[in-house]
Amino acid sequence: MEYFIELFFSGLTRGSIYALIALGYTMVYGIIGLINFAHGEMYMIGAFTALIVSTVLSIYGLPLLAILILTGLAAAVWTAAYGFTVERLAYRPLRRAPRLSPLISAIGMSIFLQNYVLLAQTSDFLPFPALIPDFAFMEPYAAMIGSTDLAILVVSTLILLLLTLLIKYTRTGKAMRATAQDQKMAFLVGIDVDRIISLTFVIGSALAAIGGLLIASHIGQINFAIGFLAGIKAFTAAVLGGIGSIPGAVLGSFILGLTEAFATGYVSSDYEDVFAFSLLVLILIFRPSGLLGKAAVDKV
Amino acid sequence: MLTGTDLRRALLIGLWFMFLTFPLLAIKVNPIEQTVTWRWANMLWVGGATTVIALACRFLQARQAARQERIRLGLEPPPATWNFALLREPRFALPLLGATAVFLLAFPALFSSYQVNIMITALMYVVLGLGLNIVVGVAGLLDLGYVAFYAVGAYAYGLLHLHFDWGFWTVLPIGGLLGALFGLLLGFPVLRLRGDYLAIVTLGFGEIIRLILENWSEFSQGPSGIANIARPGFFGFELSMEESLVYLYYLMIGMALFTVFVVNRLQNSRIGRAWFALREDEIACQAMGIDKTRTKLTAFALGATWAGMAGVFFAAKTTFINPASFTFLESAIILCIVVLGGMGSIVGVIAGALLLILLPEYLRAVAEYRMLVFGAILVVMMILRPQGLVAPMRQTYTPPR
Repeated sequence: MEYFIELFFSGLTRGSIYALIALGYTMVYGIIGLINFAHGEMYMIGAFTALIVSTVLSIYGLPLLAILILTGLAAAVWTAAYGFTVERLAYRPLRRAPRLSPLISAIGMSIFLQNYVLLAQTSDFLPFPALIPDFAFMEPYAAMIGSTDLAILVVSTLILLLLTLLIKYTRTGKAMRATAQDQKMAFLVGIDVDRIISLTFVIGSALAAIGGLLIASHIGQINFAIGFLAGIKAFTAAVLGGIGSIPGAVLGSFILGLTEAFATGYVSSDYEDVFAFSLLVLILIFRPSGLLGKAAVDKV
Repeated sequence: MLTGTDLRRALLIGLWFMFLTFPLLAIKVNPIEQTVTWRWANMLWVGGATTVIALACRFLQARQAARQERIRLGLEPPPATWNFALLREPRFALPLLGATAVFLLAFPALFSSYQVNIMITALMYVVLGLGLNIVVGVAGLLDLGYVAFYAVGAYAYGLLHLHFDWGFWTVLPIGGLLGALFGLLLGFPVLRLRGDYLAIVTLGFGEIIRLILENWSEFSQGPSGIANIARPGFFGFELSMEESLVYLYYLMIGMALFTVFVVNRLQNSRIGRAWFALREDEIACQAMGIDKTRTKLTAFALGATWAGMAGVFFAAKTTFINPASFTFLESAIILCIVVLGGMGSIVGVIAGALLLILLPEYLRAVAEYRMLVFGAILVVMMILRPQGLVAPMRQTYTPPR
């Protein structure tokens, strides 16, 4: 039973990280209909920025809490800046191009960013400091759920809540929903569509950066290539829930996280990644609209 | 031509990029020893370079706009367009073809075996590029898992040689057939998918094949791969290392010529025209009575055939294969060749393959930046020249007056 609970919580932790990344995919897809292939790289850049900032700060001897907060902020801000720049350089000029052009551009951007980090930093795995301390009150439950898992769950739930509030109740959120529904119409009623699209990229990238920071301090090491697999898995989660739908992305992420945790715990860990890829292929073939998504209708 | 506003904008762009690249480029940390290296020079480089690039872009844009304006007003004749059709005229085409043929045939005699080796690799990518060109360029189906078929071909030769001691010539057609079979296997389920979903499924398919090769050790010997694969035999003669390389080079030339011939014939055939129609507009294509299912499946199968055969060549050339040679990056390189050269253009794809494979080999200084440049090429080509270096020429019919 204890093993089951342990797996359950580890699945929840995985799921909440996937959710943080999957939201970026789903929001961008909802608004401009592009699979942002470079989104996994945002997560990787977030983790790297966090590593650099936290190491520098810890050398200057700041207290752990201050390091954690500053690192989170820095990672979110810089990664958001990357997201913004990528959109401006690689996607905005292609908004009216044929469907495949922005996708190829996104693949190019993904390769570019990976190799940029490889050249600017290193190709080796770097150890990532444990930024989240072991809480004393968690000791009795340590066998079932670790302190990092708890922190990841709490932080990501809070962020998801904030995002929902933003989208549901603010003016900006309303503008985002309007743009997702009909870009031209939103433009006609006076919404600055370009700004909304930029904002979507900024929010998505910042969420991915937080995800990168949390998972890196959980796993304890990073390298330049971690974005590819995490990106594909988060994309799987987004598609599973129905791409374009925000609750769908969260639901899909938790389903994927839990299934992965149980499959690796009870069956075998050799084919962990094959499992995620096969799931992706199967959903896309049999139910491309996902669990909560609307089926796309081609109009002639 | 450049105003103060332009200058200010360019400076702002430079500053933005300095900010953007600050943590990753300017700071390098060693988390184990807790040391920091500050690299301020990098930051200045980035700032300066982006400012200059932004200024140059602005300048070129302004000049272009001014020229267009002059052409519109009739002050300047419209620029003469460089026309590749000129190259098709016999008086240019024949000497050019002759010179290329002589150069290619004399290549092993003129250069060292190291160069021959590189040339074989480049020719292999020509074949791969032309194969992927059928799927991506001609039929418009973005396939990100093309390397899977390459792996199928390579492992077909590796395993059949290992277990049954089959030779290169027996396996070459088998590799092609297996490639086609896997192409169909991938093609069937994805028939209903639209462009971007199709791309992701093919990517997943490619990764699944690689992960299976890596994990199913009883079948494929896992990450350690298969070694001691035989080079192609030459009518039972014993060849030295060098001779067999030269032999492989000529085989590869033959293979590339064969590919060019077949692909060229295919493009002008009934099925080739159906592919073009499918690329331009699926619905209109169906309305014209073209069987969409069959057209898509033949594109996948015929595209994969070349990858399968190129895989057999790859195994024969390196004599050692393992799953690490068949990652997503390999698919991305082949895609980059097709995109750079010009989707749907045979000459373009050949030029793209030679450029992208040979340049990094000869410019050792930039070899490190190879993948960085490949990524940038994909982005820049999409924005500035989506039709590629050599835009494909469509055969047109001019009715007699």
